[in-house]
Amino acid sequence: MSATTAGTSTAGVAGAGGVAPETPVRAARRGRGAWRWVVFAVLGLYFLVPLAASVWFTVRSRDGVTADVYTSIPTAEGFTENFGRSLALGALTVLIALLLMVPTVVLVELRLPRLRPLVELLTLVPLLLPPIALVVGVRSVLAWAPEYFLGTPLAEAFFALQEPALPWILVLVYVVLALPFVYRALDAGVRGAQLRTLTEAARVLGASWPRVMLSVVLPVLRTSVLNAAFLTLALVLGEFTVANILGFETFPTWIVRIAGSQPRLSVAVSVLSLLLTWALLLLISALDRRRREEDPA
Amino acid sequence: MEPGDLRLSTATTSAAPASRRGRRRGGLLPALGPVLGILPFLLYVAVFLLLPVGVLAVEAFRAVDPVTFEESWSTANIGTVTGGAYARSYVGSLELSAITAVLGAVLGLALAFAVVTTRRGRLLRRLVLTASGVLANFGGVPLAFAFLATIGNAGVVTAVLTGPLGLDGFRLASLTGLALVYLYFLIPLMVLTIVPAVEALRPQWREASDVLGASGWQYWRYVGGPVLAPPVLGATMLLFASAFAAYATARALVGSSVPLVTLQIADALSSNVVVGAENLGKALALGMVVLVGLVMAFYTWVQRRTSRWLT
Repeated sequence: MSATTAGTSTAGVAGAGGVAPETPVRAARRGRGAWRWVVFAVLGLYFLVPLAASVWFTVRSRDGVTADVYTSIPTAEGFTENFGRSLALGALTVLIALLLMVPTVVLVELRLPRLRPLVELLTLVPLLLPPIALVVGVRSVLAWAPEYFLGTPLAEAFFALQEPALPWILVLVYVVLALPFVYRALDAGVRGAQLRTLTEAARVLGASWPRVMLSVVLPVLRTSVLNAAFLTLALVLGEFTVANILGFETFPTWIVRIAGSQPRLSVAVSVLSLLLTWALLLLISALDRRRREEDPA
Repeated sequence: MEPGDLRLSTATTSAAPASRRGRRRGGLLPALGPVLGILPFLLYVAVFLLLPVGVLAVEAFRAVDPVTFEESWSTANIGTVTGGAYARSYVGSLELSAITAVLGAVLGLALAFAVVTTRRGRLLRRLVLTASGVLANFGGVPLAFAFLATIGNAGVVTAVLTGPLGLDGFRLASLTGLALVYLYFLIPLMVLTIVPAVEALRPQWREASDVLGASGWQYWRYVGGPVLAPPVLGATMLLFASAFAAYATARALVGSSVPLVTLQIADALSSNVVVGAENLGKALALGMVVLVGLVMAFYTWVQRRTSRWLT
């Protein structure tokens, strides 16, 4: 995302004059600011009021303001366990998604352009397919183990995937859910760089394909890999549907479970996770821009 | 945008000579290499995406006899889910997602325009885009709780509204309440998907149409509108699919008091009382897939119509 915006930002800023709808230029110039500030004010209120109200909800107390809820988060029952599990699931998902998609995107760009429509279609499906439908299907497949495969190694493998401490099946489904984002982030990176020229140069100079991958492709794709990894991590940390339907406990299902008994804690954890993710994403986009300014290729 | 398109065209023209060179050098093997490299991806998608959906399509037509527990082929599940309370939940889901998708698209487009056209708005743009990234991708659970704290029963704003202002009657656990929360992630999703298209509108086009004497309406009718229409339609479609599939927000907010098909599926799956409820859940899920497919088909048709309108 930040990759595309940084690239075309100058065009957007220069285009400031060209957007007042349905009015000729001169009239537009006179009343230009108004509609924009209405949009910012209305949507700003809509987006900020719930956040502010949530913070107030968590810190208000009978005698003033207290940060009790926030300091109690690390020691809350189940927090470290479930947050840790979600982090581990996220890391594994990122790893598998990248291992799967980096070679695919690079090969499609360099060697198999004819397969691009197929890969694009397949990575689009998880975006439109309701995750709940996918997970009902996955549940049906998992039910084959006790029904048909009992006593075979395959059934053992199925059961191993559903270990509650670290449910690998969640990782495998999350990779599917992350495919659209990972593919698009990597594809933007591949198209932005002159990858064909670079790899051809490396090949001419005698580098093997694995070496080209490690020392040319990966460094070029650094930012898009970072982007893809971050989006995937955010997706896994917030994913509720799949974990809930398959009956595993993760960070989001834990938040929902404690909401009944500790509403303030659940709101505090929610707000904190939103703000922390936002801060991290801002940091990544700032790093991305600095790198761009250093080497404007 | 432009350099990318240029790259694409050179890539497709140079593809043929490259593969011919490969074949000359080492026979079939170098040509097979890249296909082997992409095989893990294809296998993965087949096993973890296509297989589950395929199983859904088959097992939705299996029914369990409540007396003998024998499984047999039947369309009973399909009959059940297309009538009564289940049909109402489909209608509820479709209504909610259609309304929120259109609202989200309009408001998101307005925000995208406002952000893109603000002068010296680098920081603002980055704040809005990163916030959109978080809200659109992070999922509905934290959002649901933020809204509960705001206008839930014990919410901060609820206290203001019902106390000093004396307003009452709004409930978060209703379709209106859900729509209010859905927009919180749909507007950011619209901003994320439409900003590149809005940025691609070149100021020179507006200048050229002004110089040629076109009115603002004519510019939007013949230049801006046709350029923006396909991406806006596509993004609205994405918003619809996203709202239709939403489950976490609804579950966290309303339990199962609102007729939504995702909630019905979860209820069917967790039911130990009704024999064959599991298969009912599969039929409900299959119905969702079919509906999304129909909307996609409609979208492709509209897309083709608009592209004819453009030329």
